Amino acid sequence: MNATVAVILALAVGTYAFRLVGPALHGRVELPARVQELLSAGAIVLLAALLATGALTENGGFAGWARPAGVLVGGVLAMGVPPLGRSRAWGRKAPFAVVVLAAAGTTAVLRAAGVG
Amino acid sequence: MSSTSALTRSRDLIRDASLVWLASGIVSISFGAIAVAGGLPVWVPVVMSLVVYAGSAQFSAVGVLLAGGGPIAAAATGLLLNTRTAAYSLAIADTLGPGRLTRLLGAHLVTDETVAFALAQADPVRRRRAFWVSGVGLFVVWNAGVLAGALAGGALGDTATYGLDAAFPAVLVALVLPTLRADARIRRCALLGAALALAVTPAVPAGVPVLLALAGLVLHGRKGVSA
Repeated sequence: MNATVAVILALAVGTYAFRLVGPALHGRVELPARVQELLSAGAIVLLAALLATGALTENGGFAGWARPAGVLVGGVLAMGVPPLGRSRAWGRKAPFAVVVLAAAGTTAVLRAAGVG
Repeated sequence: MSSTSALTRSRDLIRDASLVWLASGIVSISFGAIAVAGGLPVWVPVVMSLVVYAGSAQFSAVGVLLAGGGPIAAAATGLLLNTRTAAYSLAIADTLGPGRLTRLLGAHLVTDETVAFALAQADPVRRRRAFWVSGVGLFVVWNAGVLAGALAGGALGDTATYGLDAAFPAVLVALVLPTLRADARIRRCALLGAALALAVTPAVPAGVPVLLALAGLVLHGRKGVSA
């Protein structure tokens, strides 16, 4: 079997197994409210860590200034983005796509200007 | 709840979800383009997206393959990154809905974006709808984007020129900021976790830093003590 096919298969099977952990345990194991609460918080903690490492690092080192600067611009615009699902309670906001395009655009412009 | 307000709520949901789709679409195009520009055949990113369906793991596995890291390192890195989906699936298990088939299908749709999108909804019914609407849409958009990016491939040139590597972190910023602003306990945990992840990144394999961030949960006090 081709090595690339093996990589894809291993990743697919393993990832699906991880994703089944929750549904498989659901209904069989009664999780205490406290554990549920920690799981929800844990999901956000994982996302935040993924965001921090994704914005700042590349292959174990610093990613350069252009990428985090772009993400920062996106973040400032997103500060106006309301909590999803409660949108009408908040004022003007930058739509998701604007946040993402502004981040990519800022990074691109900085790179064009010679910032790493 | 009147049917009019239910309709309005669905429309809001689809509007918000479509913005996540658009953002992820940009990321998926960059994934397809990076893979093919790096020398992989078109079917590799396309098939990988369909069956693995996990953005950051796909990026890292392809990155390792293109860097000549070998198939075992590529698979291990991707799997390590995806261990977090086990935590997501536990957090979201209630939300998927009843029925074996629903849960088997829903499990494949568990991603950073869909979980963040669903958890941002306060009401359980709306949360379930948010998961499925954003999840099915994201699956379609992600795979279509990867195909488009893979076909465009080399024509795009160096994707770093367009700043596309800033797109995925920016999606995450927009998704987690509302929760981080609203909940001081989670904010403390997330800040500590992110700091830990950054501190260990130079020293440990890819995937480990994000998992270590869970240690930030020690700051999650039992009662809602505001910071």
